Amino acid sequence: MTILSPQSDYDTAPDRGGPRQPMLIVQGLRKHFGIGGGFNGKAAVVRAVDGVSFDVPKNKTLGIVGESGCGKSTTAKLLMQLIRADEGEIILDGDPVAMSRGVSLRDYRRSVQMVFQDSYASLNPRLSLQDTVAFGPRATGIPQAAAMRRAHDMLRRVGLAPEVFASRLPHELSGGQRQRVNIARALAMNPRVLILDEAVSALDKSVEAQVLNLLQDLKQELGLTYLFISHDLNVVRYISDRVMVMYLGKVVEIGDVKDVFDHALHPYTRGLLSSRPSMNPRQRRTEPPLSGDPPSPIDPPSGCRFRTRCSFAETVCAEREPPLASLGLDQQVACHAVTPGSGHTQASAGEGASQ
Amino acid sequence: MSVSNAIDQPAVRPAAARNIARTFWQTLGRRLRRDPVSILCFGFLVAIVLMALFAPWIAPADPYQVNMLQRLQPPGTEGFILGTDELGRDLLSRLMYGARMSLFMGLAPVFIATIIGGTLGVVAGYAGGWVNTAIMRVMDVFYAFPSVLLAVAISGSLGGGVRNGLIALSLVFTPSIARVAESVTVQVRTQDYVEAARATGAPAWRILMTHVLRNVAGTIFVFSTSLVSVSIIIASGLSFLGLGVSLPEAEWGMMLSSMRQSVYLAPLNSVLPGVMIFVTSVSLNLLSDGIRSAMNVKG
Repeated sequence: MTILSPQSDYDTAPDRGGPRQPMLIVQGLRKHFGIGGGFNGKAAVVRAVDGVSFDVPKNKTLGIVGESGCGKSTTAKLLMQLIRADEGEIILDGDPVAMSRGVSLRDYRRSVQMVFQDSYASLNPRLSLQDTVAFGPRATGIPQAAAMRRAHDMLRRVGLAPEVFASRLPHELSGGQRQRVNIARALAMNPRVLILDEAVSALDKSVEAQVLNLLQDLKQELGLTYLFISHDLNVVRYISDRVMVMYLGKVVEIGDVKDVFDHALHPYTRGLLSSRPSMNPRQRRTEPPLSGDPPSPIDPPSGCRFRTRCSFAETVCAEREPPLASLGLDQQVACHAVTPGSGHTQASAGEGASQ
Repeated sequence: MSVSNAIDQPAVRPAAARNIARTFWQTLGRRLRRDPVSILCFGFLVAIVLMALFAPWIAPADPYQVNMLQRLQPPGTEGFILGTDELGRDLLSRLMYGARMSLFMGLAPVFIATIIGGTLGVVAGYAGGWVNTAIMRVMDVFYAFPSVLLAVAISGSLGGGVRNGLIALSLVFTPSIARVAESVTVQVRTQDYVEAARATGAPAWRILMTHVLRNVAGTIFVFSTSLVSVSIIIASGLSFLGLGVSLPEAEWGMMLSSMRQSVYLAPLNSVLPGVMIFVTSVSLNLLSDGIRSAMNVKG
């Protein structure tokens, strides 16, 4: 049983596609930002997100990891339709978004909500918590009284007693409490997908654990699907069912969390995983597994974008871009070295990742 | 119970919670009450406003009653507490009646300019792109002229009188208010809470009313308050030049103008309207400074 009242004020969007239909299918998402024209008329282009495709099964969590500037947050904003994609298709539960015969942008926005990283900047400093949470429902035409009821309901659901907190202002809360309000605000729209963009990164460890547990509980109760963006690999491992690794606007590896963490195939993923501090002081690393910064997304390297930092790079890596190829049961990797028949010297063995 | 991990929720009694949950304006008022300069200035302004409102009842004499035998009597003369002007009219009564016109010329143009300029600025700031360029470049054209010169030029071309003075002053203040409104709106627009509001699919006007206006109104209000004193001074200047209020209406700037010939004969009398302008504008400026610093809080 739950303490939660049924969502009577809202009509939950029905599960149209059945349990096997992925909640979200993203295909070929692309966003290039033009920067400056300058006097010579040559406008540079930042390839922030360059052809990203993935899907998220229903009621699962997809973790998205990668270094700063690899396009994680841009992907989130594209999925929220806060910025327009240059190219690409989003399919929500079998229905293409913002196309004829698909879901409208308005319905899509209600179905997909986001929790922002900066819990302070993402709350209006002049608005009480109940008004903040009730704003979304009000905007979709719910009457004031019902929207307030829903706001109180949501605040209670995230562990903030409305009798105490409903009329407070954001600056009277701690960081963890503010992030709970952010979650409540997103939930008030009755979403099916929640995008968490570094949602716990700014919290200290004990509060982070509480919020993560809250998120796990809410996912089960409300049947939510999460996109969990983070740079914290341990947190991603804890909360995710699947993991997607991004590098310079591209997906380099995607698979089940156990597969990716236990036998990563892409050299970048392996580097990322070994960059975590060791818990055993006798096994300290002395050299960084990944050296240098990622190259600029304005003028990315030819072929494989990781080749400039990859110790297995060969000529084939500069010539051809490795496609995202299926390896293993449910794991896809974009690397010549592990793709059979790619022409890479290590690939000829077929089972390239024997490490 | 699944949602039970509420450890960072302090055990606050509802009574104490009500105590903590103050509105923004309550906090502002509480801070202002602790600021002696603001209280003093507020007191002055209340006194001047009351004086203006109740002038017909509290003025000791008729402000338009000319008495050529009693010209330029010094302050403290029997029957004329603050003396008389160059036509023998009671100076105290004229200052009281003059407060009405001067305050009107201070508040009305700023009010009109705040409505127009504030709207233009917020729309320009939120819309961005070519809307912003169109609105703000037109404002810049006005902004390029010194405000006094612009006021004199507009009211000179329209002709004298209160109405034209009002139009001129409103036009002078609109661009600067629009600029302030635009820059705060641009700042607020990029905040995550506006993004979050956009993510709910709410219409733009609703986001503007709930999330943007609430956060820009304070800044615009403080800036406008500081313009009231400028408006009084420019309006007085217009009257001084014979462009604003016309005779025999009492107005501080015009009184200063008409008595300047007598400044060697009765210096104290001639200076009094100037003192009134000074006290009013300094009080307004200090009070708006006080409000500005009291508003400079997180909430």
